[in-house]
Amino acid sequence: MKLYCLSGHPTLPCNVLKFKSTTIMLDCGLDMTSTLNFLPLPLVQSPRLSNLPGWSLKDGNAFLDKTELIDLSTVDVILISNYHCMMALPYITEHTGFTGTVYATEPTVQIGRLLMEELVNFIERVPKAQSASLWKNKDIQRLLPSPLKDAVEVSTWRRCYTMQEVNSALSKIQLVGYSQKIELFGAVQVTPLSSGYALGSSNWIIQSHYEKVSYVSGSSLLTTHPQPMDQASLKNSDVLILTGLTQIPTANPDSMVGEFCSNLALTVRNGGNVLVPCYPSGVIYDLLECLYQYIDSAGLSSIPFYFISPVANSSLEFSQIFAEWLCHNKQTKVYLPEPPFPHAELIQTNKLKHYPSIHGDFSNDFRQPCVVFTGHPSLRFGDVVHFMELWGKSSLNTVIFTEPDFSYLEALAPYQPLAMKCIYCPIDTRLNFIQVSKLLKEVQPLHVVCPEQYTQPPPAQSHRMDLMVDCQPPAMSYRRAEVLALPFKRRYEKIEIMPELADSLVPMEIKPGISLATVSAVLHTKDNKHVLQPPPRPAQPTGGKKRKRASDDIPDCKVLKPLLSGSIPVDQFVQTLEKHGFSDIKVEDTAKGHIVLLQEAETLIQIEEDSTHIICDDDEVLRVRLRDLVLKFLQKF
Amino acid sequence: MDPECARLLPALCAVLADPRQPVADDTCLEKLLDWFKAVTGAGSSLLLLQEHPCLVELLFHVLKPQDLSSRILSFTLRLAGIFAAQENCFQFLQGDPSLFVASAAGQLLVRVLDLALRGPAEGHVCPQAWDWPACARKVVCHLEDCLRSEAAPRVTQALHVLTTTFGHCHGLWTQGLWARLSPLVARLLEKDPVPAPHALVDLLLSVARSSVLSSDPGLWETAAQALSRLSPTQAGPLAAGILKLQDCPQALRIQAFRILLQPLAHVLEAAAQGPGAPRLLEGAAGDLMAVDTFPPSRSACVGLLCSALAHLELLQPLPQRPSPWPQAPLLAAAVTILRFCNGSAAPSSEAGSRLCTMLVGCVRVQRAALDFLGVLSQGLGPQELVTQVFAILLEYLVSPDSSPTVLKKAFQATLRWLLSSATPPGCCDLEPYAQLVLGELLAVLQKRLCSPCWEVRDSGLEFLTQMTRRWGGQGSFRQALLGSEVPELTRQLLQDPESYVRASAVAAVGQLSSWGLLAAPSRPEHPDVPQKTPLEELLLVLTTDSEGFPRRAVMRVFTEWLRDGYADVAKDPEQSVAPVLQAASRDLDWEVRVQGLELALVFLEQLLGPLGPSTAAPPGALTQALQALCRVQLFEFALRSLFDCDRPVAQKSCDLLLFLKAKATPSGSQQEVGDGPNVASVEAALRRWQAGEQGQPLGELAPETVLAVLRSMDLEALRDTLAESSDHVERSPQSLLQDMLATVGVLGDNEADCY
Repeated sequence: MKLYCLSGHPTLPCNVLKFKSTTIMLDCGLDMTSTLNFLPLPLVQSPRLSNLPGWSLKDGNAFLDKTELIDLSTVDVILISNYHCMMALPYITEHTGFTGTVYATEPTVQIGRLLMEELVNFIERVPKAQSASLWKNKDIQRLLPSPLKDAVEVSTWRRCYTMQEVNSALSKIQLVGYSQKIELFGAVQVTPLSSGYALGSSNWIIQSHYEKVSYVSGSSLLTTHPQPMDQASLKNSDVLILTGLTQIPTANPDSMVGEFCSNLALTVRNGGNVLVPCYPSGVIYDLLECLYQYIDSAGLSSIPFYFISPVANSSLEFSQIFAEWLCHNKQTKVYLPEPPFPHAELIQTNKLKHYPSIHGDFSNDFRQPCVVFTGHPSLRFGDVVHFMELWGKSSLNTVIFTEPDFSYLEALAPYQPLAMKCIYCPIDTRLNFIQVSKLLKEVQPLHVVCPEQYTQPPPAQSHRMDLMVDCQPPAMSYRRAEVLALPFKRRYEKIEIMPELADSLVPMEIKPGISLATVSAVLHTKDNKHVLQPPPRPAQPTGGKKRKRASDDIPDCKVLKPLLSGSIPVDQFVQTLEKHGFSDIKVEDTAKGHIVLLQEAETLIQIEEDSTHIICDDDEVLRVRLRDLVLKFLQKF
Repeated sequence: MDPECARLLPALCAVLADPRQPVADDTCLEKLLDWFKAVTGAGSSLLLLQEHPCLVELLFHVLKPQDLSSRILSFTLRLAGIFAAQENCFQFLQGDPSLFVASAAGQLLVRVLDLALRGPAEGHVCPQAWDWPACARKVVCHLEDCLRSEAAPRVTQALHVLTTTFGHCHGLWTQGLWARLSPLVARLLEKDPVPAPHALVDLLLSVARSSVLSSDPGLWETAAQALSRLSPTQAGPLAAGILKLQDCPQALRIQAFRILLQPLAHVLEAAAQGPGAPRLLEGAAGDLMAVDTFPPSRSACVGLLCSALAHLELLQPLPQRPSPWPQAPLLAAAVTILRFCNGSAAPSSEAGSRLCTMLVGCVRVQRAALDFLGVLSQGLGPQELVTQVFAILLEYLVSPDSSPTVLKKAFQATLRWLLSSATPPGCCDLEPYAQLVLGELLAVLQKRLCSPCWEVRDSGLEFLTQMTRRWGGQGSFRQALLGSEVPELTRQLLQDPESYVRASAVAAVGQLSSWGLLAAPSRPEHPDVPQKTPLEELLLVLTTDSEGFPRRAVMRVFTEWLRDGYADVAKDPEQSVAPVLQAASRDLDWEVRVQGLELALVFLEQLLGPLGPSTAAPPGALTQALQALCRVQLFEFALRSLFDCDRPVAQKSCDLLLFLKAKATPSGSQQEVGDGPNVASVEAALRRWQAGEQGQPLGELAPETVLAVLRSMDLEALRDTLAESSDHVERSPQSLLQDMLATVGVLGDNEADCY
């Protein structure tokens, strides 16, 4: 069993598992941090940005993880755990010769589509007359200013995919529900489990009859909007692959939400505007819910909240219709009937307004001071670029970063100097290390495999030994472009016996509760299923005695040697040898058993768990004598 | 005992002795015991037993082996103890080891012992064992057996009995007892593990506190042995107890202090980056305990640290605290612990990393360390450490991860350090460094006042109120505060949805505006709307707020304003007080009404002068004052309050009227009642109010009428009646006995019904 690790980003994993005869890709996250190397794409011509000296603007680019490690056309299935971990899907399904199936839950697909749609829209609505790629040449790249000249493997950076590619990629997805068992070629069964992190987010169980691999990605134990995490089903795993832990282990989400609200209120009361760069789905639902409870008490009911995204409307509406994927509390609201999320009420009362972009209606309704939620969190494209340019000059305004995917200082770099206040409240509800250690104690996997970042404290806080995965035996770690041989051997395979063959068996009890029978059969293997069938009957003699003699040669007529079972107690065996006249006996312990040395006879008896060898110098009589002594200790049948 | 109770007692004793009639309520028995204690305290218990043979019968009855409930058994044993403690009237019951089951029995044994040994030992220095009465010998033998026992519960029981004995009895005979038993106690300490460590610590402390026994040098040896044998967690209370003693050997005090310092010393060692770091314990012992004596489990480690911090916190203010007091290393330790807890410590040692993992995010330790840090502000430290103190406190105040309770403690500790940093003592001005801190503090406060968590807003406001109270008149503070948004946020919090926060906001607004720090906010969008004064705003809270807390807070602020002569109120006190009193008199919350009367009293004092030796006010001033009081309708409020269903209101009103009466009636010049104006209508109204008809208003009152009414009323008698608690009838022993019999009667009836 092997694990090919294609991504070095622990929260945007992409691993390929070879298990039995199947090749399973686990997630395909898209690491977009390389976009931080580019200048923002402004919606409105920005004199400041266009007059910067040096290199010209380029399209948003994306970084695709290493693929030379494995031929992606051999991947049979892709399992998606949440909508953030499927953003690279078009690159794989459309450009690698992939012919398999993708499995994901319905909300994952729908919201993933929204995220991709938003991304494509952000990039395509500011088309570039020209695009440059010569700079990717290594000789030119090293002349570029830092950090670009130090960026690794820029040749693998790709242009953003198109909507057509997105649609084609999504069409290869097959929808699944939690706990649904999906057979892959009869060899393994995969099952998605609720992971509690986002709408429709899943962990996956990949199991055969005798092996179980759990894939844990982006899970949360906090009570937010999605269905709670299913931990019980992860028990008894041979291997647990652990990815997608919180990116900010020192920031408690509750405290961060409090911090978010305080800073928001402080700014708005002071007449300033608040900008929240965010994704169009996920934490924003929880933030809106918190604000719903907070704004009245904080005296902010007259402040407008704007949510601007090409998919804002769909995102707000989708969240309300996925009732079965929500936490219990929200599910019950559906029967009242009430919308599960309170943002419906914010919209009804005109406190929250949503727009596809800053153009059109928004510019008519726009009123300050206000709070704007918009993308993209990298600050490199999307409507957020406009607001940064608009509000950056006043110290009354505040930008509050809630998404943990990008370094906020790097995101802000092209906007410096900035008078606007910047607050960093990363809200990451994924598991922290305390929760992980509780989880591992609870589900007790035999082996844990995780990205190397999780096996040591974060570099900036090397003394925080609590910020790492702590389990016994220690977790196996992987890094990008590594192939791990997973530390367990497959020992058993399930084989069915045909009823008529089973009928013919005569079991013999050799120990209380254990019976044995010898069986002669033909092993039939098809579609990874193994069946023992009765052996073909010898062709019935049709004529006289002459023919009958010929059948003497068929194998089942051979005299079968009896099968042996039991173990040889060395001390008693030595006593027996002495009784039979052997002297000068020496016993040595070996790693696998014992060696009994008959020094006088220059003979060795090697006793191991599943074999016994008598090594003597061509003395057949002695060998047979010793063999019979050995056999006395064993049962025959 | 009054005759009615004496009549009821035999029936009650019969009920108690009857196992078929269970007493439903334990508290009845407790009350009964209290009563007996009072009765025996007032007279001879021998006489009591003679007069009421039913009690003796009850005691005898209990001794017979039978199926009595444990609560009755324990009750009777304690009753017997009460009698035994009184006099030598006690001739039965004694030394029965089978009774040694409950603490009640233990207490009884102590009393028996005391009784048996006190008599013969009087005057002797130390009676020898063979002089002891038989029953005492029996008890002591039993205790010895228990102390030798391998069963921990028996050892614990014996230790409890001895603890009680030495705690309550201070006769010379206790010396003999301790001399006889102390070797057995010392032997317990040699066992591994030491049995019943907590009970042992209690015993040693009880012996050490006994004036008769503390001169015994053997005691100190045993204590020293205990300190070294017990685990740090177990030894902590003993060490703290020893250090609180007025006098004990210096060596032992040093040893005890080391025990308390050890956990903190360990923290300092673990965090030390180099050899120059401050250390708490010098020498070999400091190094020895380094890693291995610290408990391995997180909860034990946290427990040890918290208890060490709590003990040291209690020791710090005591005059007998160890000297020299290691203020600087303790400060460093407290700061280091707080750094471990918030993850900002970066230890290089392995012990440090381990501590870091155990302490990070631990709210319990954070609270204990912040409390301790606050107490340490009593003594100063080197400037560099004080800087660190403020830095860590600011970190906690700023951190979004500080829980509300931790934040509250951090605010309290910060306030204490700010107070202590005012130099020189008595001068109000802040130290230059504290002034720097102040700027950051106000920025934090600003954010905390917007917190979605109401506890945080509340403690922020409390902190602001206290800071303003202290430095409201000080230039740099005023400048910093007025430059921030804090005053405006405070004003907005008067509308907070949480009533506790509104109450704190009222207090803060009161404090801010009395120092003139509540500048009228600029409202660019509504320049025409006149801004309400703080006075009007608070009056609005008083008349409209649906919760009691903010209204009570408003009353306190008004009272304070009036007392301290706050400008807006002092301009025209009558005008300011009148609407407040009116609102308070109609308030549904009795505390608001009491506060209203308090405000009225302050107002009166300001008009008529405080109550002193020359009480009566000059007639001219009196008339004017009375007219003013009539205008603000104080009398109707006060007179109505006399019959308020809430006693404190009535009491307060009574005090107020008595004050007025004293002011109005020059001593010795009783006026003829008949000469005065007609008070009949007022008296009629009062009678109606007393009868519960509150609707009738009093109408306009003339000052003369008021005086006449005051003279006609027997306010002193009313005050005495009110001083009796309202349930004095229900609390009488007679009522208790009747109640108990009545309950039993009901149970009996039910039983009969079943047949």
